[in-house]
Amino acid sequence: MSKDIIIEHAVKRYGNLTIIPDLSAQIRNSELFTLLGPSGCGKTTLLRMIAGFNSIEGGTISFSGQVINKIPAHKRNIGMVFQDYAIFPHLTVEQNIRYGLKEHKVPKPEADARVESIMKLTKIDIYRDRLPENLSGGQQQRVALARAIAIHPDVLLMDEPLCNLDAKLRVEMRGVIRDIQKEIGITTVYVTHDQEEALAISDRIAVMNRGEIQQIASPHTIYTRPYNLFVADFIGHSGFAYAQLKGKGPVRTLDFGNGYSVEMDNIKADAPEGRVIVGIRPEEFCVSKDPSRGFKSHISKSTYLGKYVIYFVDIKGVECPKGEDDAEDVFEISQDLGTATSLLKVGDDVSFEVYPHKINVFDAASGVSLIEGTSHEE
Amino acid sequence: MKSSSLSLGKGSFKDRFYGWVQGINFWSVVTLVVFVLFALFLVYPLFKLLISGFKDTETGAWTLENFRTFFGKKYYTNAIWHSLAIGVGVTLITVVLGTLLAYILTFYEIKGKKVLQVLIIFSMMSPSFIGAYSWVILLGRSGIVTQFFADKMGVSLPTIYGLGGIILVLVLKMYSNIYLYVSGAMKKIDTSLLEASRSLGCSPVKNVVKMIVPLVLPTILAAALMVFMTSIADFGTAMLIGEGYRVLPVLIYRAFMGENGSDANFAAAIALVMVTLTACLYFLQKFIINRKSFRMRSVKRIVPKKIIGVKGVLAYVYSYLLVGISVIPQFTVIYTAFLKTKGTRFLSSFSLESFSKMKSTIIKSAAHTYTYGIVAIVLIVIIAVFVAYLSVRKRNALTSTLDIVTVFPYIISGSILGIMLLLCFNKKPLVLSGTAAIIIIAFIIRRLPHTLRSSVAILYQISPNTEEAAISLGSSPQKAFFKVTFRLMLSGVLTGAILSWVTVINELSASLILYTGRTKTLSVAVYEQVTRGNYGNAAAIASVLMLSTAISMIVFLVSTRKKEFSL
Repeated sequence: MSKDIIIEHAVKRYGNLTIIPDLSAQIRNSELFTLLGPSGCGKTTLLRMIAGFNSIEGGTISFSGQVINKIPAHKRNIGMVFQDYAIFPHLTVEQNIRYGLKEHKVPKPEADARVESIMKLTKIDIYRDRLPENLSGGQQQRVALARAIAIHPDVLLMDEPLCNLDAKLRVEMRGVIRDIQKEIGITTVYVTHDQEEALAISDRIAVMNRGEIQQIASPHTIYTRPYNLFVADFIGHSGFAYAQLKGKGPVRTLDFGNGYSVEMDNIKADAPEGRVIVGIRPEEFCVSKDPSRGFKSHISKSTYLGKYVIYFVDIKGVECPKGEDDAEDVFEISQDLGTATSLLKVGDDVSFEVYPHKINVFDAASGVSLIEGTSHEE
Repeated sequence: MKSSSLSLGKGSFKDRFYGWVQGINFWSVVTLVVFVLFALFLVYPLFKLLISGFKDTETGAWTLENFRTFFGKKYYTNAIWHSLAIGVGVTLITVVLGTLLAYILTFYEIKGKKVLQVLIIFSMMSPSFIGAYSWVILLGRSGIVTQFFADKMGVSLPTIYGLGGIILVLVLKMYSNIYLYVSGAMKKIDTSLLEASRSLGCSPVKNVVKMIVPLVLPTILAAALMVFMTSIADFGTAMLIGEGYRVLPVLIYRAFMGENGSDANFAAAIALVMVTLTACLYFLQKFIINRKSFRMRSVKRIVPKKIIGVKGVLAYVYSYLLVGISVIPQFTVIYTAFLKTKGTRFLSSFSLESFSKMKSTIIKSAAHTYTYGIVAIVLIVIIAVFVAYLSVRKRNALTSTLDIVTVFPYIISGSILGIMLLLCFNKKPLVLSGTAAIIIIAFIIRRLPHTLRSSVAILYQISPNTEEAAISLGSSPQKAFFKVTFRLMLSGVLTGAILSWVTVINELSASLILYTGRTKTLSVAVYEQVTRGNYGNAAAIASVLMLSTAISMIVFLVSTRKKEFSL
């Protein structure tokens, strides 16, 4: 029933405007696969190509070996959950769920059984006779999900299903979606621009930008070992600094040019010496025990967040790539209050070191990671 | 798998061809049908009109003579200024009257507001020429009121005929349009906006000038445009009480119907002058309005306040007087329908004489009005829903040209449309002149926009995802449209359809050109009796027409459970 999805060299064009130039990906059977990226990156476009609502201008998309390019949307046997739920407002909850079963000519006894079990699964059986306007956002979302999975689709497509819900409900519902997806084991393509949601829910994530997939990997890999600068910048808060990669052999030196350098033993063997960009996340810093070592820094601002504190620090003598948004030379450093012994103060001058095994190093020209074992697709 | 990039070039052609064949689906057929109708009944007639204006009636040769005649004589060119004077005069006065009434009824508690609202709708419920002839009955040379003043008081009232009378009739007919549009917009103003403005130091009076007026200005301008266009296109009123005050629609009608023999080409030339004029004005105003448009969404609705003192008295006098005067024609018609008549004069005793004399006319013309009206409204709804869908959901360079359908009746007045259709369909291959079909076509073209506008508006409120959801659940595109989108559109479509219906059964100016003895409608029958001076007979037929309109409105309001009527 559940199928895998193979996308090969898919192209999407609107007139002369190319949204997706050449995209390939393999979505495994039964996995929850997330398309994550900034708005306008083509993630919804790709989802709608899979659904059949957007035409495919080149390449192929196939479900378990069957090319679906020419199959119209209503014959693809997909389940789709929309951003605004798209519940039929003139039908009751139960009628909404039955709609697809009727279209698929499911015999009455089986349809009844399915409706019952799905309403139980999604916990909406008590609202069965209500009209959608009398349901909350979360309940409507459950109806949308129930309606989509009732037809036993080959693949389930979800287009930012949680973005109209409030923060607390969003967290609750993503758990619900994850649990139900695992229970029925259906191949799911999930579109979101919310990285936290993507990390929490996915088996694998495809990070997209400008119609191209930047990296496909598990949430853990995406976060800890981004394949390129875009992914490193898009996921989490990374600070970036220029450095020189020096030496040959298994252990290399990363020289930040301000008197601080670290030894790296996980750089790709074929990485050339020269200028690189280092991505450092807030939690990859620690206060130096020996103040003469590390980045000489000045704390300019701090934000207290309960579990931890974020310090905004100016690091002396580092050269930073000019980003598009962030103030160029300010780094974020977090201090976990579970283990911290003392807080730092705004105005303090402190030295910070980095954890060499955690930081990421990218080629300055291509932006691709130089860390051993990183790959575009995993 | 490996060769996919190699075969891409070949495949893409095949893909495109296959996609094209598959593309011949329900919506392609709908698009095709809509465009064929569009070309046949809008583009071709317009083109024909353009050509006819430049041809000689006798010889059929190309000529500028028609225009030379028109622009060469003050007799004709004056009509342009007369039409503009009516347009400007009516528009300015209705905007002031209608906006003030909307303000009073929206912001203040006026006792009997519901009654006033019903009366306002009532005042709209008949063709304006019925208003014109009612005022002639009352204030004409031998009118009831005129006679009363002359006999009992020796006072001679100012004449109703000419510019003043036309403006009076049209103002009383159309201030209600401004009222309905503007009060609709005022209701959408969020109280918080006014409170915010007050908190920033605006006095209540300044609030009106600085907040309310600018917020409803786009609506006022849009409504004013409608009133302007309708009043310069109005034929019946000018014909009945204009007398020497010639306006363009009357000239066109006279040239075409010909007291001294028909000159279709000269009529076409005058029509072209008028179409050019209205088109320029329309697009100029549209340009101004578009630059000022914004959307409002009210969260906290305005709660009407109590009004007391001198202000209160003035507000009451104003609203009741205006509404009261505007329904006088309706009551005059009903009243006189039941009066005994002698020749063209009314006697003071009651009887059903007028009805019994007109019985067969009423039955026949009512049957025509209803059958043509029903056929037209069904087609209007179907076309409006499809055109709305194409222009909203399948928007591209081709379908966006469909927008002209909404503009068309604004620019082309009823008599011009009638002439255009006759010019095109009075000879083979498609002879429609004298048939019911040609009247129905005119109805559809003239009254489609009401339904189309409401269909477009409702469609914007329905998420396209709803239909896609149905498709993803296995419905074919057309099934998804009918089962979901169409079903959801229905309430909105009907709001416009009732307006189309009411204006269809009251249509006069195109019918008057297109009718024959066998296709006479109620409004044409009224007009015919009025021009013969049989005011009693006219009143009897007109009251049947008014009753039809009133029943339609009541059925609509009851069946949709709407509390009030809004545009």
